[in-house]
Amino acid sequence: MSIEGMYQELILDHHKHPVGKGLREPFSVEVHHINTSCGDELTVRTKIDSDGLLADISWDGVGCAISMASMSMLAEMATGESVAAFEQRKVAFLEVMHGRGTVVADAALLNDAVAFQGVAQFAARVKCALLGWMAVADAIEQTSTVPQNNSQGGNNDN
Amino acid sequence: MNLSAVVMSPSLPKHERTPKTVTQWRAEDIRADFPILQRTMRTGKPLIYLDSAATSQKPRVVLDAERNFYEQHNAAAHRGSHQLAEEATEAYESARLTIAGFIGASDSEVVFTKSATESLNLIAYALLNATVLQSRGVVQDPRFVIAEGDNIVVTELEHHANLVPWQELALKTGAELRWVSVASDGRLRIEELATLVDQHTKVVSCAHVSNTLGHMLDVSAFASAAHAVNAIFVLDACQSIPHASINVPATGADLAVFSAHKMLGPTGLGILWGRGELLNALPVVSTGGSMIKHVTMASSTYQDSPARFEPGVPSMAQAIGTAAAVRYLEDLSMESVEAHVRHLSAYAVSALSQVPHVRVIASPDAPPIAAVSFILDGVHPHDVGQVLDDDGIAVRVGHHCAWPLMRALGVPATVRASFSVYNSQSEVDALITSVIRAGDFFL
Repeated sequence: MSIEGMYQELILDHHKHPVGKGLREPFSVEVHHINTSCGDELTVRTKIDSDGLLADISWDGVGCAISMASMSMLAEMATGESVAAFEQRKVAFLEVMHGRGTVVADAALLNDAVAFQGVAQFAARVKCALLGWMAVADAIEQTSTVPQNNSQGGNNDN
Repeated sequence: MNLSAVVMSPSLPKHERTPKTVTQWRAEDIRADFPILQRTMRTGKPLIYLDSAATSQKPRVVLDAERNFYEQHNAAAHRGSHQLAEEATEAYESARLTIAGFIGASDSEVVFTKSATESLNLIAYALLNATVLQSRGVVQDPRFVIAEGDNIVVTELEHHANLVPWQELALKTGAELRWVSVASDGRLRIEELATLVDQHTKVVSCAHVSNTLGHMLDVSAFASAAHAVNAIFVLDACQSIPHASINVPATGADLAVFSAHKMLGPTGLGILWGRGELLNALPVVSTGGSMIKHVTMASSTYQDSPARFEPGVPSMAQAIGTAAAVRYLEDLSMESVEAHVRHLSAYAVSALSQVPHVRVIASPDAPPIAAVSFILDGVHPHDVGQVLDDDGIAVRVGHHCAWPLMRALGVPATVRASFSVYNSQSEVDALITSVIRAGDFFL
C-alpha cells in the first residue's frame, strides 16, 4: 500500500475543503471526542428533528487528514438523512475499517467513504477514520428526544 | 562454570577509553550490533529508527545476556541454597553493582522496579502511606507526611508519568499541586520557583531532560529551591541517563528514576535511586516475600533498601540485560555517546530549519540533546509521520505524553525524531528528504 493509496484524492479533497466544518446553531446535542493516544480533538453538534432526521451536523476539530476528511465525508453523507440510515452506514463502515483491508467497501452505502478502504490496512490509523463516526453515534445516543431511536447504546467502538 | 565471564564480562578500564570524536564515530559498525536494524519495512525500505526516546533498540550483547541467563543460570534469586539460586543471586546483584557504578551510586541505593513510571508511583505511594500511617498514630518522618495546606511543585513540561502520580497524591492528601509554567516559545519560567516553593512544599520534581523539547533543565536550581525548605527533590532522569555520563547523587536529587529500555536495555526494568537514609526511612509500598525482616500473623518488619522495595521474584534477566547495555555504553564511552547524539540533534535542527514550512519546536533555554521536535505548518504530525513511515523512517508523532506542554506551546502535537548510538547523519538526511516529500504531498 503506497502513501498515495492511503491518502486517496477524495480524502485529500475533503481534508482541504471540509464539509460541515464550523459549529452551528441550532443543535440538540454537542459532543467532544478525543483520540487519547494522539490528542486529536473533535466537537460535533447534531440536530435531530421530530421525524428522526439528522437535520444538521456541524463540527470543528484538530486532527490528521484522515480523521478530518472522515468527519467531512460523514457530515456530507448523513446530513438530512434518517438516524436509521446513519446506523446502517456505520455498521458497513466499521466492518470495512476493522477488516484489515480484506472487506470490500459497498460504494452504494458508503459513497466517498469507500476511499478509506486503504486506511484499514494501517491498524494505527483506523481510530483516526472512526473518530467522527463515533462522535456522531454518541450524539445520537445522547439525543433522548428522538422518537425512532430505541436502540440502547448501539455499537460503541471505543 | 565461570560466572564472571558470563555476567560480568569486563569492559575496558576507563583510562584505556578515549572519547571518539563525531567524525570517528562509525555508526555502521555500531549498527551491525543491533539485529533489528538489518530489517526492511513494509515498503521494502531499510529501517531508519528515529524513535529511541520512546524505546531504544537492543544490541545483540543485551539479548545474549538475557538468553544466557535463562539457558544457564535461571533460578529464583535470594531464595534457596542450591547452586543455580546462588548463581542467579550473584548475577542479579552483580547487575545492580554495574548499574549503580554507571550512575555514580552505591548498590544499596539502587532499587529495581518494573518501569520508571512504577518508580515514580512508588515514591508517590510511599508518601501517601506515610501520611496515612501518621493519621493512624504511627509516627512517621515529618518529611514524608503531607497535609492539607502543603504543596507539591512540578513543571509544565513533565511527561505524564511525572505529573499524574503527583495529581493523585495531591488529591488524596489535600495538598496543592503547583507547577513552573512554560512560555509559548518553550522557555521554562524557572524564576517562578522562587514563589512556588515555600515552607509548605514537601516535594519538588522535574525532568532532567524534556522528552519533547529534548533539552536539559537547570536541575541545580530545583535542587536548591527544594533543599532550602527541606522538601524532597525527585528527578526524572529517563531522557538524560541514556545519552550522557550522569553522576546521579551529584545532581542534588534525593530520589531519581530512569528506565532500562531507553538505554539499550530490556523492557520491564525501571530503576529507583535514592539517598540511603531516605530509602530506609520511607514506608514500604508493595509488600510480600523477600522484602520482610520478620513476619508473625499479626505484623511484619521490613528489610533495608533495596530489598525493602523489591517483593517477589525479581526481574533478573532484565537486570542482567541492562548491565550488559551499561557495559556496551561504557565501551563506547558516555562522553562519545553524548557528543554523537548532540551532533545529530544540532545537525537535524539546522537542516530542518531550512525546510519550507517546518518549525522546530525547541526551548531557548538549551539545545536538544537527543530528541528534536518539529511541525510542518499546515500538515498534521500524524500525516507527516505516515509519509515518513512510507520511507521506512520511524518517528514519534502526537503529544508525547506531555499534553499540558502541547497546550502551553500552542500546538496540538509534534513530530519527534530522537537519536541513539546507532543513528547516522545520513539518516537525518533521509529524514529531511522525507519531510520535504510530506510537504510536497500535502501542501
